[in-house]
Amino acid sequence: MMSKFRVLMVDDEPDFLETVVDRLKMRGLDVEGVESGEKALEVLDQNPVDVVILDVKMPGMDGVMTLREIKKRWPLTEVIMLTGHASVESGIEGMKLGAHDYIMKPADLDELMDKMKKAYEVKAMHEEKIGRASVQS
Amino acid sequence: MGKAGYGGLRRNIILSTLGFSLIPLFALGLTIYSLFYASYESKVREELEFMLESKRSAMEAFFQEQVARLKLLSSLVDYNRVQDHAYLRDVFHRIQGLPHSFVDLSVINSDGDQLAYVGPYDLRDVNYARAEWFQATMSRGNHISDVFPGYRNIPHVVVALVAREGDRKWVLRATMDSDILNAIVREAGKGRAGDAFIINKKAVFQTKPLRGGDMGEVSGYVELTRSPSGTHVGQAGIDADKMMAATTWVKDNEWLLVVRRNLEKELEPVFRARFVAAVLFSVGILIIVLGTILTTRLTMARLVRTDREKALLDDALIHSDKMAALGKLAAGMAHEVNNPLSVIKEKAGWMKDIMQGKGVDRQEDMEGFQAAVDKIDFHVERARKVTHRLLGFARGVEPLRETVSVHDLIDQTIEFLSSEALYRNIKLTRDYLDDLPAVQTDSGQLQQVFLNLLDNAVDAVEKDGEITIKTRYDPEKGETFIAFTDTGGGIPARNLQKIFDPFFTTKRAGQGTGLGLSISHGIVEKLGGRITVESQEGNGSTFTVVIPVETSK
Repeated sequence: MMSKFRVLMVDDEPDFLETVVDRLKMRGLDVEGVESGEKALEVLDQNPVDVVILDVKMPGMDGVMTLREIKKRWPLTEVIMLTGHASVESGIEGMKLGAHDYIMKPADLDELMDKMKKAYEVKAMHEEKIGRASVQS
Repeated sequence: MGKAGYGGLRRNIILSTLGFSLIPLFALGLTIYSLFYASYESKVREELEFMLESKRSAMEAFFQEQVARLKLLSSLVDYNRVQDHAYLRDVFHRIQGLPHSFVDLSVINSDGDQLAYVGPYDLRDVNYARAEWFQATMSRGNHISDVFPGYRNIPHVVVALVAREGDRKWVLRATMDSDILNAIVREAGKGRAGDAFIINKKAVFQTKPLRGGDMGEVSGYVELTRSPSGTHVGQAGIDADKMMAATTWVKDNEWLLVVRRNLEKELEPVFRARFVAAVLFSVGILIIVLGTILTTRLTMARLVRTDREKALLDDALIHSDKMAALGKLAAGMAHEVNNPLSVIKEKAGWMKDIMQGKGVDRQEDMEGFQAAVDKIDFHVERARKVTHRLLGFARGVEPLRETVSVHDLIDQTIEFLSSEALYRNIKLTRDYLDDLPAVQTDSGQLQQVFLNLLDNAVDAVEKDGEITIKTRYDPEKGETFIAFTDTGGGIPARNLQKIFDPFFTTKRAGQGTGLGLSISHGIVEKLGGRITVESQEGNGSTFTVVIPVETSK
């Protein structure tokens, strides 16, 4: 059984955000939703999360900028990019910047859950490695 | 290009081609002909001079010989015995048999009385005191006379000299048949259409010319007798024929030796060459003219075909630009469609979750369901609008004339880019003239232009800026102005000339076709208007579309 992990969902579309957060909560995940990159950083400041789902296109601070900032300040936090673009370019660009994976809109919730779990596993593995390294030294 | 335009072009091509081929041809032909003519003429002239000179020396030698012979004779003759006919005959016969023999011989005393005579004519007891030749002989010592008939009435030349014996003076006279002179001179004129003769100072023929006169007659060459001493060559037009004459004075400037040639006959080879050249020339001109007309016809046919193909290609280019813009828009709009779709999917998913879970029995769930269904409806409508907008733009390229509200058209176009602008934090400002008149034009094509300009403006600003769309109207000219001003990086001066060129782009490979502005320019011109650009590097750009309210076409 997998341990419980925290997820932050960032999307400027309130109807979408609200529903996805509801459904993920129904599935027992610890999820919070915010509407912009700026708010996401505020939340992370107060309470770090394990996985961030990040919309690429947002007014103000867009997905790519937010990703950069997250990776700078919380390098271990895994990010999954959410793209509405028909092209995969922006998703790939995100992965180059350190995103764990990307998913296209409209996304399948089960697929999203799968990707979040995998992202969390990677994060856990990294933390474990770091933990061991610090014990040894 | 119109029919009149093609006609003008055809005429220009024909005229310039003819000019460029015929002018050098004429110049070449005339130059070669005149050089040929001049060299041939100078050859004739040289020949004439040479002949004249040889004849002149022959003449002079002949006269000297005659005088010398007479002098020798006079020294041999005993004056006391001259009246003895037998004696004189004996002397006369001794000198006969030499070439150019004298016809007769006579002895005359200083008073002019003929003392003795040997010869075929009966000329005794005549007095020559008044004869011109006698007076000349007495004064100069010796004399060769002009040709004259004299007592015998046959043209002859007198050769006379004064002999002295002690203080006694007497004259020894001999005559020559003028045929001898004829023979000497005639030789000089040998050849085609040539003539040679002698005239004296009064222009009287001393020898018989081949044509146009006889010995002793006054010739028409009075003009020539005025020429100074020495050799002269020139054209002398006596008869209808064009003659070239060479003249020189002989016999102490008393006689003028004339050698003349018919220039036209002499230059016959030149004229023959000229005729052949003229024929070839005419054929050449005919070929050039026919060739030019044929080539021009082919060129024009090809031009017309090319223009037609170009017109088709232009349409195809406009279409492909539209498709490129559409593709670009589609990528941006996928987001706009996918967002409502995502919401719908999530709402539907949520409803499924609820149904599979505890079931829908509570009032609270019913309300939630109602809200979700409303949301689904709302977002379906949202997606529909987006797809419809795209369909409206994708219409065909056939030109239409319809009454278009420019403001509505701009608003519709802005819709395409408003979300893009929002994400990039670009403010879209409308500065509309309140009572802008409607325009008679093709809304689809005009929208394509607006979209190109707006798209460029968004690309120029990149992020955080402003795009202002200003509309104005000039009632005097009946022109509508639509200006798109951006706060982007501007266009460098060196690029400003090229931005309307096809395939000129500063966007990254794959980002732009380089056709947008070129095609917009073409469309606006087709609609009877124009596009102008003002830009300063670092200060943004303004593209202004000017279209007439009533399109003339």
